[in-house]
Amino acid sequence: GVNPDLASERQTASFSVEKLTALLDGGVEHTRIRRAVVEAIESDPVFSRENQYFQSQNERYEAAVRKAVHLQRKMHELGWTENGPEYKYIYRALAGDVAFLLHRIFMRSISMLGSDRQVAKWIPLANQYQLIGSYAQTELGHGTYLQGLETTAVFDISTQEFILNTPKISAMKWWPGDMGRSATHTVVFAQLYVHGKCYGVHPFILQIRSLQDHSLCPGITAGDIGPKMNFEHIDNGFLMLQNVRVPRENMLSKFCEVQPDGTYVRWGSQKINYFTMTTVRISLISNEAIEPVMKACTIAIRYSVVRRQSKLKPGDQEAKILDYQTQQEKLLPQLAAAYAFHFINDYLEELFERAYRDIQRKNFDTLPELHAFSSGFKAMVSQYCTSAVEICLRACGGHGYSMLSGLPSLYTRILASCIYEGENTILLLQTARFLMKCLKAASAGQAVPPSVTYLAAGKPGKCPAKNKLDFLNPDLYTEAYQHMAARLISSTAAKLQDLVQSGVKKHDAWNQCTVQLAQAAKAHCHYITVKNFAETVEKLEAPAGIQKIMKHLCDLFALHGIFSSAGLFLHDGYISGAQMDMVTASYLDLLPVIRKDAVPLVDAFDFSDKSLNSALGSYDGQVYQRLYEWAQKSPTNQMSPAYERYLKPLLHNKLSKL
Amino acid sequence: AAMTTMNPDLRRERAAATFQPELLTNVLDGSAERTRRRKEIEALVINDPDFQHEDLNFLSRSQRYEQAVRKSALMVMKLREHGIANPDEILWFKSFIHRGRPEPLDLHLGMFLPTLLTQATPEQQDRFFMPAWNLEIIGTYAQTEMGHGTHLRGLETTATYDPATQEFILNSPTVTSIKWWPGGLGKTSNHAIVLAQLYTQGQCKGLHAFIVPIRQLGTHQPLPGITVGDIGPKFGYDEMDNGYLKMDNFRIPRENMLMKYAQVEPDGTYVKPVSDKLTYGTMVFIRSHIVGDAARSLSRACTIAIRYSAVRHQSELKPGEPEPQILDYQTQQYKLFPLLATAYAFHFVGAYIKQTYHRISGDINEGDLSELPELHALTAGLKAFTSWTANAGIEQCRMACGGHGYSRYSGIPDIYVTFTPSCTYEGENTVMMLQTARFLVKSYTQVTSGQQVTGMVSYLNDLSRQRIQPQHVSARTVTVRINDPASLVEAYKARAAWLVEAAAKNLQAELNHRKSKEDAWNRTSVDLVRASEAHCHYVTVKFFTAKLPEVGNAAVRAVLTELCLLYALYGISKNTGDFLQAGILTDAQVTQVNQRVKELLAVIRPNAVALVDSFDFHDLHLGSVLGRYDGNVYENLFEWAKKSPLNETEVHESFHKHLKPMQSKL
Repeated sequence: GVNPDLASERQTASFSVEKLTALLDGGVEHTRIRRAVVEAIESDPVFSRENQYFQSQNERYEAAVRKAVHLQRKMHELGWTENGPEYKYIYRALAGDVAFLLHRIFMRSISMLGSDRQVAKWIPLANQYQLIGSYAQTELGHGTYLQGLETTAVFDISTQEFILNTPKISAMKWWPGDMGRSATHTVVFAQLYVHGKCYGVHPFILQIRSLQDHSLCPGITAGDIGPKMNFEHIDNGFLMLQNVRVPRENMLSKFCEVQPDGTYVRWGSQKINYFTMTTVRISLISNEAIEPVMKACTIAIRYSVVRRQSKLKPGDQEAKILDYQTQQEKLLPQLAAAYAFHFINDYLEELFERAYRDIQRKNFDTLPELHAFSSGFKAMVSQYCTSAVEICLRACGGHGYSMLSGLPSLYTRILASCIYEGENTILLLQTARFLMKCLKAASAGQAVPPSVTYLAAGKPGKCPAKNKLDFLNPDLYTEAYQHMAARLISSTAAKLQDLVQSGVKKHDAWNQCTVQLAQAAKAHCHYITVKNFAETVEKLEAPAGIQKIMKHLCDLFALHGIFSSAGLFLHDGYISGAQMDMVTASYLDLLPVIRKDAVPLVDAFDFSDKSLNSALGSYDGQVYQRLYEWAQKSPTNQMSPAYERYLKPLLHNKLSKL
Repeated sequence: AAMTTMNPDLRRERAAATFQPELLTNVLDGSAERTRRRKEIEALVINDPDFQHEDLNFLSRSQRYEQAVRKSALMVMKLREHGIANPDEILWFKSFIHRGRPEPLDLHLGMFLPTLLTQATPEQQDRFFMPAWNLEIIGTYAQTEMGHGTHLRGLETTATYDPATQEFILNSPTVTSIKWWPGGLGKTSNHAIVLAQLYTQGQCKGLHAFIVPIRQLGTHQPLPGITVGDIGPKFGYDEMDNGYLKMDNFRIPRENMLMKYAQVEPDGTYVKPVSDKLTYGTMVFIRSHIVGDAARSLSRACTIAIRYSAVRHQSELKPGEPEPQILDYQTQQYKLFPLLATAYAFHFVGAYIKQTYHRISGDINEGDLSELPELHALTAGLKAFTSWTANAGIEQCRMACGGHGYSRYSGIPDIYVTFTPSCTYEGENTVMMLQTARFLVKSYTQVTSGQQVTGMVSYLNDLSRQRIQPQHVSARTVTVRINDPASLVEAYKARAAWLVEAAAKNLQAELNHRKSKEDAWNRTSVDLVRASEAHCHYVTVKFFTAKLPEVGNAAVRAVLTELCLLYALYGISKNTGDFLQAGILTDAQVTQVNQRVKELLAVIRPNAVALVDSFDFHDLHLGSVLGRYDGNVYENLFEWAKKSPLNETEVHESFHKHLKPMQSKL
């Protein structure tokens, strides 16, 4: 049965959980399909994650490969296709615990960057798993800064081949997933040299393992890079190349080609490459950042109504820890952020769809904005969600530290998202560059994308709030965020200009302002998130109960941001000291209001127990029983050799002889 | 396999330092003599083949536990062999052997033995102490239960006295009452000191400690009535067998209750303890140790991240020039240098508390406990303040190492998972902050009723002069000079006073509206935590500043002064809201502070590597390929990776099991 402390929380929900779930899924039909996929996957023992926390790296890897292979069969059996509506739910249902994700990137890069002939040759082979692909970009010495890659591909006219080399240790490919043990092929990025001239980084298809016995091909050194904080199921690999030859046709040549005589030809726009990165960044926001934070909130909030500790009133029963203001202040803003980011993700996906349609019509106008958006939001959301998951983990006290809570693995996984697909600081600076350009254009009266028109309107002004209730007005707080973002962006631009005018070189001036620039980019993204949340709530077609609670969450998200960065809003007096006290009061008042619906709000995320894989967060709230049962399955509870070998001699008194 | 020459970037960094790192190391150790002795003890471990073993990153949890047990057993013997008996020296030896990680005998040495010493009667000491000293008895300290941690009064384990047999009957009446988490309980110990609610003559007498045998001497099998085991995998602490313990009508003789203070007589009569503040002392001691640990863990992470940032080159600052060291980027400096300054700040705070503790515990023996309540209140908050900050700081260091930080070879993941539980154990941080707040509010109330307060909270006395001001408190105007640490101490003091007063007033307002004191307290707790944080922040800036004139060498003092300024100014720039709202700083000053922080980054940059070298962590202790002293990072990463378990065979068995069949079927 359900723990009564959890059951009572559900009886008092102010809205229909089922309807909110449908809203989050984008309609009842989507919810139905998602649940069917989850059911199909979870009822199949091959996909079980039951013993995951007890497995070694080798076992995790093997399980991931087994699942990937089995998934192909399963999809075939159930008639799921990559273009079908089920596809996007499979990854969620597997909790990402599956191999061959890079195989997909391998295929995508060939489709995007390969000529029609290359696509026709390689894609069917990959589709049939006649080969397993990977994507080798990052090197030991270089990550986000791609121009710095050191692997070389020298064209040899006499044999019509490229000769691939790893000229020094820092040029070794390092990190690519599926490459350590599984992949037979990879797309490798290398500096192209023809006739001694360097043409920059280009992609090449390269076979690294035998299709017969999986042994390494001549000239190839490859293997696994060793244990990491997470992703133990993935064989992130290294790759060293010594005079490895690939035919001229293996350079991906949709946009450029080396002709048989060594002439280098380029056609089409390289801009489309940005589009690939943009796609990946946007897709990771929902899968790798928002979903984990929703899971972490589910676990921490359910546990916080089951856990009772200390007393609020003498003589009472011990209180649920969620009734403590400090616990609410830890968890509820994270819950609000999960919703805020869910809606910003909808917004980004819509923007992306629009841009995609434009690009099909060869219109690249929206690309800079989309690129700036995807960079900035990838950085802000992944950073915010990472710290949110960590807050949830620590809010569960000692039990959060147990792997069985599910929180450590959520955390160690999500934090990687701050680094891959572009290190966050660098991404924020890219967004900042876009904002600086837009500000310049806007000040000169030129047209700018709609999301940044506010930069032109920069006005001093004061916040009009008279009492704490005024701060529950979305227009009022959105305006405050807008003001703050505009101020940070324009003051950074002014600083940059001052430095340049005082004779500092442009690149030095830029470096001296990067701390401010990154802060300004973050402020912009925060403002857009608040604005979008408020607009979404405004337009929401949902029952009154859902409307109301979403409005509360939006208020909480916005006010928490002002409360935590008070200095930014106080700085030029836009918000006065007295008004800041009103913000604090309104913010703290919201906590007990949302507290009442906290459990229904996480139930609406609709994660199954198996996907949470947490002794603390299960739907039935039988926390302690489950912890105890799971702990007993631990391999450490088999008799340890440590006793016979070390403890026994110790206990049998070797010491007293000393 | 490793190259023996030093990476040229690091060599250049070291040559450019403006001070001698050894001199700063001596300041951190306390004296040149202590540095010498520490290194001597470290050498005992480094040169001892018995303490060598393969890289722990490649071992399973059971193997890591086994290694740790092996080393712990050796450690105990070798401590005696080498005649190391001074507590600091034991700690050095132990921490070096276990490379800063926990070990299965931690609770035996750190809790079981000391508890016997302080709470056992002479007769009990005769029975238990020597066997425990000689490790015939290995004990642990079983306090936390599945359902209760920091709130001790809620513990549910019972010990019911049976006068007929003169025994206590121990029971774990519910699932939540199962003892959970004690280190060394799962597999190592054969005894435990168990905290249980004592029942005698039908009455509950509260929590008391009992010595409970849990495993059969000789076979190590659990005794009948005892269910004991390991609680399973955790975020970290792989080498520790944190355990569970369930007792079903398990009987122990009356003499196994620790009876130096409270007693149960043979007929069941309960004799109350004389009140003892001594337990305060133990808590202060352990929490001060956590402050030191926060400093050490953050120092290790900074060492790794800063050395690596001097070796790593990426992207371009100036078009056409070679890729710069990433430490030359302002954003990278901004991530790391404030943490470096924080590590130093915490080091001095930790040293101060330890000193004060030793001074006061001298007094305890002479019966003067007057300073203990304040120290107790202060260390609770500082434990929380420093562990929260270090916890976040370690993560920031890891993040600053990009992708390589994520691999276990960086060493930072291990530092993090080992350190992060200190936010929870020995008092959950939020609860600790609220304890300090209780003391602050009490002091504030004393001041408002006309009494003077002393010690760290004496700044509250100044508030009384402003009592006439009707509505909101605005802090007294301080003229802040942003290049003068002493002036910044005043600014932090003003902020603390402002927040303590605001919290106390909000609490009063809540009390005026509500019936229950507890409810009012709960509704003010966010404000109260903020006040405690501000108080601890003030104390930290104050101790750091106070340390500066004690440093003899001018070059070392200069660089520490820069760090102290950075610590103080960075703290302001991260909390500008408080300083602006309290009217301590103007908008223009805040802009100056932000600017000055960035200037200081550039000032500290040339000394950054020397400043982490001064922490003097041996490579073996650091356990990081990225943070190696010689900076030969990439070649050693490759050497390390080759040892990965996935690389054991050229073709992984998964190929034959899964890949090959799939390829033939599709």
